[in-house]
Amino acid sequence: MTSNVWEYAPAPESRDIANLRPNYRMFVDGEFVDGAGEPLKTVNPATEEVLAEVATADASDVDRAVRAARRAQETVWGRMPGSERAKYLFRVARLIQERGRELAVLETLDNGKPIKESRDVDVPTAAAHFFHHAGWADKLAYAGYGPDPRPVGVAGQVIPWNFPLLMAAWKIAPALACGNTVVLKPAETTPLTALALGEILQQAELPPGVVNILPGAGDVGARLVRHEGIDKVAFTGSTEVGKEIQRAVAGTGKRLTLELGGKAANIVFDDAPLDQAVEGVVNGIFFNQGHVCCAGSRLLVQESIADELLERLRQRVTTLRLGDPLDKNTDVGAINSRAQLERIRELAAAGDAEGAQRWTSPCPVPEKGFFFAPTVFSNVHQAMRIAREEIFGPVLSVLTFRTPDEAVAKANNTPYGLSAGIWTEKGSRILWMAQRMRAGVVWANTFNRFDPTAPFGGYRESGFGREGGRAGLEAYLASGDEGAGI
Amino acid sequence: MGRNGNSGRNDENAKQGKNVRDGERGGHTGHAGHTGHAAPAADGRLPVAKTYKLYVGGAFPRSESGRVYQVTDTKGRFLANAAQASRKDARDAVVAARKAFPKWSGATAYNRGQVLYRVAEMLEGRREQFVAEVAAAEGVSTKRAQADVDAAIDRWVWYAGWTDKVSTVLGAANPVAGPYFCFSVPEPTGVVGVLAPRASSLLGLVSVVAPVIATGNTCVVVASEERPLPAVTLGEVLATSDLPGGVVNLLTGRAAELAPWLAAHGDVNALDLCGAPEGLRADLERAAADTVKRVVRAPAAEPDWTRQPDIGRLRAFLETKTVWHPTGV
Amino acid sequence: MGVPSTTASAVSTASAAGAVSAQLPAHLADAIRDDAALRRFLHGLPGVDQVGLEQRAAGLATRSVKKAAKLWAIDTAIRMVDLTTLEGADTPGKVRSLCAKARRPDPERPEAPGVAAVCVYPDLVEVAVAELAGTGVGVASVATAFPSGRSSRQVKLADTRLAVEAGATEVDMVIDRGAFLSGRYGEVFEEIVAVRAACGDAHLKVILETGELATYDNVRRASWLALLAGADFVKTSTGKVSPAATLPVTHLMLGAVRDWHAQTGEARGVKPAGGIRTTKDAVRYLVAVHEVAGPRWLDPHLFRFGASSLLNDLLMQRRTQLEGRYSGPDYVTVD
Repeated sequence: MTSNVWEYAPAPESRDIANLRPNYRMFVDGEFVDGAGEPLKTVNPATEEVLAEVATADASDVDRAVRAARRAQETVWGRMPGSERAKYLFRVARLIQERGRELAVLETLDNGKPIKESRDVDVPTAAAHFFHHAGWADKLAYAGYGPDPRPVGVAGQVIPWNFPLLMAAWKIAPALACGNTVVLKPAETTPLTALALGEILQQAELPPGVVNILPGAGDVGARLVRHEGIDKVAFTGSTEVGKEIQRAVAGTGKRLTLELGGKAANIVFDDAPLDQAVEGVVNGIFFNQGHVCCAGSRLLVQESIADELLERLRQRVTTLRLGDPLDKNTDVGAINSRAQLERIRELAAAGDAEGAQRWTSPCPVPEKGFFFAPTVFSNVHQAMRIAREEIFGPVLSVLTFRTPDEAVAKANNTPYGLSAGIWTEKGSRILWMAQRMRAGVVWANTFNRFDPTAPFGGYRESGFGREGGRAGLEAYLASGDEGAGI
Repeated sequence: MGRNGNSGRNDENAKQGKNVRDGERGGHTGHAGHTGHAAPAADGRLPVAKTYKLYVGGAFPRSESGRVYQVTDTKGRFLANAAQASRKDARDAVVAARKAFPKWSGATAYNRGQVLYRVAEMLEGRREQFVAEVAAAEGVSTKRAQADVDAAIDRWVWYAGWTDKVSTVLGAANPVAGPYFCFSVPEPTGVVGVLAPRASSLLGLVSVVAPVIATGNTCVVVASEERPLPAVTLGEVLATSDLPGGVVNLLTGRAAELAPWLAAHGDVNALDLCGAPEGLRADLERAAADTVKRVVRAPAAEPDWTRQPDIGRLRAFLETKTVWHPTGV
Repeated sequence: MGVPSTTASAVSTASAAGAVSAQLPAHLADAIRDDAALRRFLHGLPGVDQVGLEQRAAGLATRSVKKAAKLWAIDTAIRMVDLTTLEGADTPGKVRSLCAKARRPDPERPEAPGVAAVCVYPDLVEVAVAELAGTGVGVASVATAFPSGRSSRQVKLADTRLAVEAGATEVDMVIDRGAFLSGRYGEVFEEIVAVRAACGDAHLKVILETGELATYDNVRRASWLALLAGADFVKTSTGKVSPAATLPVTHLMLGAVRDWHAQTGEARGVKPAGGIRTTKDAVRYLVAVHEVAGPRWLDPHLFRFGASSLLNDLLMQRRTQLEGRYSGPDYVTVD
């Protein structure tokens, strides 16, 4: 039998479910309003078609949104009993679940990620974040930040394009639970689900001004984080921009949390559960097209099993189905933008130039749209760019090690420190390795797991502050002794 | 350190039944706070004065620059020359701190607790010496200096008790929605650059250093520029307290000269701006951004260090590590 | 069976190995040299992480198979069915009507494919053989003191010979789970080899009864043990123990035959049995076959479903696909 004996017929999710409209507006003070900035056109990266025109904010809009947030914080939200705030957040969680299918399709259209991921990961996890944090709103005194923790005030939040709705949830839910109000800037290329979330907030009857959503490019984000009217900046995105923001808030007294880039090592020992390790490696780098800050972009494999593992890996990657993100059987969708595609290509070319061996999945690649076939570089060495720089795409760099110490040294040999993977059947080695990984999240015999109860965030240049769990509340609470400095 | 002949335990300590482990205990109680080149004592003996040096990697080197600066009391009287550390001293101190980090952060919390408690013991043994030094440095009454020294000793004890509770209090077993065991543990950030408070030469210093090292960090401390002598003497205490060399490195000199090097240093993970010069704070924060350092900002005014601390300073130099593992057979 | 001493067992493992090791690559021939080698080999297989395996199985189960792809899957699944009756109440009449169904599953749609085989107890093989002569539908028989396997070696071999002499083209044996779980791998190996020999030309499916093996590590070891001993198929279950076939267990066994093929060049088969009742289930299994073992295994020679009620659901769904409306249970034959 030949390999195309059984082609799954196309199984596209209906695009109508997204209720896509030609125009989207900013969400300020509880209303959808025009922005004074130049409207942007958001594009379906899988087809390069314009999906919608989206209003953007200029300086006056940022002012207006920050003022609305301030007023809401001081007059309504900050004073509201936690138990009442909780009920709003529970409502939001439920509304996200109810409109889950719509949000998933909209996300896939705007972002290019496979529908099965937006459906099974992004949207349910976003709802879970609201649900989890809703419960915190009236229990903050038990969170370990003093007997009477107070909100910080108005948070300016800037989020990336890789998990547009989920990142909005990660940012908004804890901020609101703690009594803060929010001005959120979604990414330039993926504003739609955040604005759909704005509708959900309206449906939940969230008081006006508690959440404001300002689409736009980097300039809007830069204005927002520099705005004098905000007390707290939360940013998820590249380390480069994170550093700019840290510089921008220097000397202002604004609180800051950063969730930045990564170059995680996925370390496979010779006694690993091999089939599951292969799955984990595949999931680690090809989930969401590798547009994941905690992606396992470096595979560190013990030399004694390197050939076997690579062979299994290639076989497995060959079965990944690249294509229409709306197709329920698509495993790898579209790269989010042309700019990102070019960056991936450039870094892959650097891998070639530096002598790494490129292997590309033989999967067919659509003619239109921004696609990059799953790629594995072997014979990669620490000195190569593809071993050091975050590619943020479906490109895996394979390195080898001989001893646990060498694995630790290589894994930690990066300015980043967001995540790490460890694959071995030996329990004591897992714990030994986990202790030594300079990374905020360590997945042992699994990878890319997220949960609102599990704090997530980086060491070193992957940022500071945590999102999720009790630890995640710190960013949005002023403890009683704040400022005393003792 | 000026020394007079009144060695042995004083009455107060004897009453408290303290163990005296350190022959240097004693004597300054009745003196005015002058600790510099002491005048000949009544018996006509000229005391041996101490050379104040840096404390780096467990040793007491002079500044590689060979520079010193005059330290005076609050009335302008000469107390001693202090080493004026250079950027290269700062660099060496960071190297020493990094070298000490794996062992110190890998030590058991119980062990770290005992070491911090040992610091309190050693400090208690030198109580009178510190009272004199603090009184001289800060121009406060002996009574006030005593209170500060006592509070500093007690602060070590407080933080000694925290070492093996931080993980319990700040860690968590996360009830994730799936077949995983997931836990979060606090871990030390790494090498911390500490700009010590400028006014409170001992209690303030202890209040910022102890929480940093209690959790397994190592640090490079720039002592109060005007009041550095108690810091150097604290170095002597640390050196005799089973604290591994390099865990605390104490630099004396100009904060404005040293701080930018620490703030920009690629191998410093966090920065405590507590005693940073006002005009420099924003610049230091900006420099820290180049390597995404964790920064604890300076309080608006130097706090009242005699107040009971909360765990904010412990938390400030901790990372949270979340570990997942499937549960299955 | 019943050789208590390790030494004696090792000797017989070695002699049993001689029969099957001729064509094996060196490292696999080594693995069956003696009891100790076999144990080392089986325990040296990579571990299986339960959560990871189950997640992969659940992930693949979300594949959406529609339209022509679904129709193809339905027809393929029908051709893979071992239509089974294994009841104490079975009679020649019941077997004859099952055979009629096997030959021509959907009388109104004669183009519907026939099943792979019917599967019965040894004493009813003769009936099935007579009914199915010349149809291309095989006759499979369970044997070796099915389903528990708790009898003497002599009884098991006699059971096998009874089936084969009555004309069974396929034998579904059970392994001695007691021996396996107590670590007497050599005994299990030896018994499979002996039954293999008794099968003659009949294909041998080795039932691991994964529901009793309890862990995926055991399932992987048992799969390799059976493959090393010459099983043509590894089969999940008797259908008499719960859980019977599951997707993760089948994934694991498909991985074993894939790896066996990579190491030996031989393609061996997999048969999940028990609990697969709907077309939706069957399609999920086929997706696993397709993506875990590979397209080559989408073939009744290499993949079977041990099932009874599944066939009718496949036929109903087949009509739905062809007629564009939902069918009902009264439009397919009940046997």
